[in-house]
Parts: sequence; C-alpha cells; structure tokens
Amino acid sequence: MKPKNQRLVLVVLALVAVIGAVLLAMSAMRDQAAFFYAPGDVARKGLPLDRAVRIGGMVRQGSIQRHPDGVTIDFVVGDETQATIPVRFAGITPDLFRENSGVVAEGRFQPDGRFVASEILAKHDENYMPPRLGPQGQHKTETLE
Amino acid sequence: MHVYANPARFLKIARPLTGLFGWAGVALIGVALAIGLFLAPRDYLQGESVRIIYVHVPAAWLGMAGWTGIAVASLMQLVWRHPLAAVAGRAIAVPGAVFTFVCLATGSLWGRPTWGTYWEWDGRMTSMLVLLFLYLAYIALAGAEKEKGGEGRITAIFGLVGAVNLPIIRYSVVWWNTLHQGQSIDIVQGRSSIDSSMLWPLLASASGFTLLFGAIVLMRMRAELARQKLEARMRRMAAASSGSGRAQ
Repeated sequence: MKPKNQRLVLVVLALVAVIGAVLLAMSAMRDQAAFFYAPGDVARKGLPLDRAVRIGGMVRQGSIQRHPDGVTIDFVVGDETQATIPVRFAGITPDLFRENSGVVAEGRFQPDGRFVASEILAKHDENYMPPRLGPQGQHKTETLE
Repeated sequence: MHVYANPARFLKIARPLTGLFGWAGVALIGVALAIGLFLAPRDYLQGESVRIIYVHVPAAWLGMAGWTGIAVASLMQLVWRHPLAAVAGRAIAVPGAVFTFVCLATGSLWGRPTWGTYWEWDGRMTSMLVLLFLYLAYIALAGAEKEKGGEGRITAIFGLVGAVNLPIIRYSVVWWNTLHQGQSIDIVQGRSSIDSSMLWPLLASASGFTLLFGAIVLMRMRAELARQKLEARMRRMAAASSGSGRAQ
C-alpha cells in the first residue's frame, strides 16, 4: 500500500471511531442535555419535587386565566401526548407568550401537581411568514387601553 | 486539486478572484440587506425583530461552513500533503470565528424580544458557543505550532476532530428539547417553512456573505504565501551574505 493510501485509511478509521464515540455519548445524554421536560416526560417519569426544573410545551387554547391581582396567571401546558401540566406564574410574560404557542417555564412542582413558575420564556416555531398569511387571529396585536 | 499545488499557479487565479468575490459579495449584501431590512414583510408573530434573520442565519451557516472547510483542508494536509492545505485551513479560521461570534451576538439580541432572554444553556446555543471556542483553540494552536516551526500536523488533527461538533449543532434541535426552534430550511428535501418573500432576501444575503467570506480567505492565503516567500528570500540573502563574509 502506498503511504498516501495508508494515511487515508488511518484517518478514516480514526474519524469513524471518534464520530461513533460522540454519537454514543450524545444518545446517552438524550435526557440530561434536554433544556426542559415536556408534559409527556413528566407523566412518564413522575414529578421531580425536590428541585427546580424547566417544563415546556404548547400553551393550551383557552387555558390562560388572569387573576384579579393583575400579575398572576394560570395556564395549561400540553404536548403531543395526552399529558398536561397546570402552571401558575406571577410576573411579566414575554411578548410572544400566547395560547397555541410554545412556552418554557422554570420553577418547581407543588405536591398537588401544579407547577409554580418563577420565569417564563416564549418558544416560537420554525415558521416565518408575513402577517396577511399568518394563522387567523394570531397576527392581531393587543394594545393597552 | 494538485494542479493548484504550485503556489504561483494558485496566485495567478486567486488574485483576480479576490476582487471579484469581494466586490460582488459587498454589492449582494448591500442589496439583500436593503430588501431584508426595509422591503421584506415583518413576521406575523415576531413583528420587526424577525429582520435579524438576514444577518443571523448567514453568519450561522458560514460559521459552520468555515469549520467544514477547515476539516477538508486538514484531511488534504494529513493524507495528500497538499502544500496549500495548511495555509487554507489557517486562513479560514479567523473569518470563521468572526462569523460564529456574529451569529451568537445577533442570536442573543434576537432572543431578548422573542424568547424573553439573552442567553440560555440549551443544546443549540451551547454547541454553537463550543464552535467559537474550537475556533479560538485552533487559532492558538496554529500560532503556537508556527512559532515552533512545525508542520502543523497537530493543528490539522484538531481541525478534523473538531468537526464532530458540526453534526451536534445540526441535530441539537432534533435530539434534545431546546429553546431554539427546529430547522426552517431543509436543503436535502428542498423544503422551507419561511415564506418566499422572506426566503429570497435571506438566500441572497447568505450568498453575499459567502462571497465575502471567500474573498477574505483568498486574501489571507495570499498574505500568508507572500510572507512565506519573503521569509525564504531573507533566509537566502542571509545565507549568501554570511557565505561571502567567510570567503574574504
């Protein structure tokens, strides 16, 4: 074998080994490297009561309820499974926080299953389009009156 | 590729291409950004802040394309001992790092009005930050090896191994729950979830930045070749003068 081909075989073998190792590591980290738990994950694994966690999913249509104090809201987070998580949050939500849209909440589960969030992040999807093509009712911006 | 192993032949082509890529790139970026920032529609959900996409996404692509180039150059250097490969790899590193930084900075500015945060440690953002650190390490390693006068083989091995981060960045939004949304453009299937009125300025901007990137790489390669030529000439002159000194 020419030294050139020898080097090629050596480099390819080394690369295959490294890529294989990284792929194995990544699949092993599947749960640990996740940024948040979806309602389906929580239903499957039980509620982590002992520590602060992030949960995420879609805000269910019609689930946002505002309390009379003006800052506290309740809403329900769901995903593609049947599982849902009721969430309570007091504070200012991001502009993109709305029903039928993605949300990530950081906080703790209460023993009764409700998630009390200390921080809310909005997660948007991969669709970009002008307002006239947007889903009905979503392009309207609310103004303070 | 070995046709261009001769630096003189490479320079003959690189010289006119530098200007062509540079000016065409700047013109295309100007037009694309003017359309993107002023004429393209705002997003139905994000409003005006969506316009950062015309800088953010090209910067992200070029940050990753840069390391792909470094990996290919490293392979050619290690296997075929191509004389220009090491020069090319080192020429790519600095603009690659700059575009990766621009991607992170614009992403952070975009995240505040949309997600509500400048930075979170999710899979996509963390792996992109790792890419920036890989670039910085590559630049430091290349500099150290140059100072020692080595062949730069350790730098090339690092360039190859670092490429494993590229699929991690690409699939981070698939493997893990992330705050960053999934991919909008699927090149393999030719599918895009970006409306065409926003997609065309984006592709034009990406092409413009790519041309500019190419011009910068060619410029840096020519500068490095000129430096090597100068060094060789100085060494010859020093050898000649010391030789004549001994003769007297």
